[in-house]
Amino acid sequence: MAGFVEWGLELIRRTTSDLSPDVEAAIRAARDREDEGTTARNVMDVIVRNVELARSGGTPICQDTGLVGFFVHVPRGTDTEGIRADLVEAVRRATKEGLLRSNAVDPLTGRNSGDNVGAGLPYVAFDFDDASEAGPGEAVVTVDLMLKGGGSENVGAQYRLPDATLKAGRDVRGVEKCVLDAIHKAQGFGCAPGIIGVCVGGDRAGSYAGAKKQLLRPLDDRNPDPDLAGLEERLLPALNELGVGPMGFGGKTTVLAVKAGKLHRHPASFFVSIAYCCWADRRRRLVVRDGVAELV
Amino acid sequence: MAKDAIRLDLPVSEEMLRSLRIGDEVLIGGTVVTARDVAHKFMVEKKPEFLRPVLRGAVIYHCGPIMKRAGEEWKVIAAGPTTSSREEPYQADVIETYRVAGVIGKGGMGEKTSAALKQFGAVYFHAVGGAGTLLAACVRRVREVLMLDEFGAPEAFWVLDVADFPAVVTMDSAGGSLHREVLKASEERLKGLLG
Repeated sequence: MAGFVEWGLELIRRTTSDLSPDVEAAIRAARDREDEGTTARNVMDVIVRNVELARSGGTPICQDTGLVGFFVHVPRGTDTEGIRADLVEAVRRATKEGLLRSNAVDPLTGRNSGDNVGAGLPYVAFDFDDASEAGPGEAVVTVDLMLKGGGSENVGAQYRLPDATLKAGRDVRGVEKCVLDAIHKAQGFGCAPGIIGVCVGGDRAGSYAGAKKQLLRPLDDRNPDPDLAGLEERLLPALNELGVGPMGFGGKTTVLAVKAGKLHRHPASFFVSIAYCCWADRRRRLVVRDGVAELV
Repeated sequence: MAKDAIRLDLPVSEEMLRSLRIGDEVLIGGTVVTARDVAHKFMVEKKPEFLRPVLRGAVIYHCGPIMKRAGEEWKVIAAGPTTSSREEPYQADVIETYRVAGVIGKGGMGEKTSAALKQFGAVYFHAVGGAGTLLAACVRRVREVLMLDEFGAPEAFWVLDVADFPAVVTMDSAGGSLHREVLKASEERLKGLLG
């Protein structure tokens, strides 16, 4: 029987060269919104052609194949260390095959490990409480892979409310101001139009992780929490009003989607974290149901 | 890119380069040489002579490509731009020493580079970030590679013949910067949105 090494390799192969349908649909809609003959429109045309070309040729959408992150949901009692070791091996093989550029650098020596494996890399996180994919009596493992470009990771930000410069208080309006400021500061550096993950609350580390986790949600879903849904719906048009546009050249679409979550906070702390994903939002899900794997 | 994109088949005259303005869309053809962090440090600190004939009139491309060797031939698999601001300490010196026609990158550059573009009649071209496959398809031929053993594939000087390489002029030789303009406009809008 095939295992997570082979499945992981296939997941990586598909993710580097083929955007998921919801991301591609959002990119095409953004292209159609820009007026004909504008630079913004032409840039979006180049992006659409690049997406098509990468899929047909099975080549990487972007030469920065990013940081490799696996978010794994497993039933209780699963051998998580076995899955982790297999996924790490899948990353090694994918790098050897040229599917991934080697992006794991020792921060002190400057040495690149050459196989995308190092302290904390690839990122593999396990979650036991998500049974949404499993029917009664089924053993289901889901693996969400995210390949996130370095340029977009660099423009992520964390704020602490209240913030005097932004005149942002400890309320939802204050949260909105933080996100507006972060996306203004990002300009085109994160390869706009981006997809924005927001986490309201939590501790410093949990807040950043929570923001990144929002990037796993389908772009066309609706937040089940009405307050967070409202926040997302207000932020999307407001961020696009900034006019940064594709690649920061000006235009109607600065962000493709906003996804927000929340974590309870300590009374003394109020963090707002923003994760930015470039338009080349490479993520895919692998579902293994009773030993049978399928890419969704 | 656009219907009315300007064709720029290198080498071109300084007069032609000086006529380009921010917002102009171009299709670049001719010699493009990749150079990123290690290469820029090397050009400024060592000023190697062997690069002079290669770079004169060519365009430097901030790019660490994914390359594949097929027999004797090299093939470009993905080659989008990388963030240019890291080369800001070196770029003006490189433009002066090697008299390149310009630089292709992403995210724009600072005032020192802007001044060098003005002085030497060069241009900053912005490529579409993330479009690695499409931009690789613009490469007609890998002419040669320099410093491959010393720097490794992503950091080496790849001398490429390109055709119809789409880019936008975002910093021109008149001191203009589209990045500065968009930042200023979005700053105004931000103020309004913050209330």
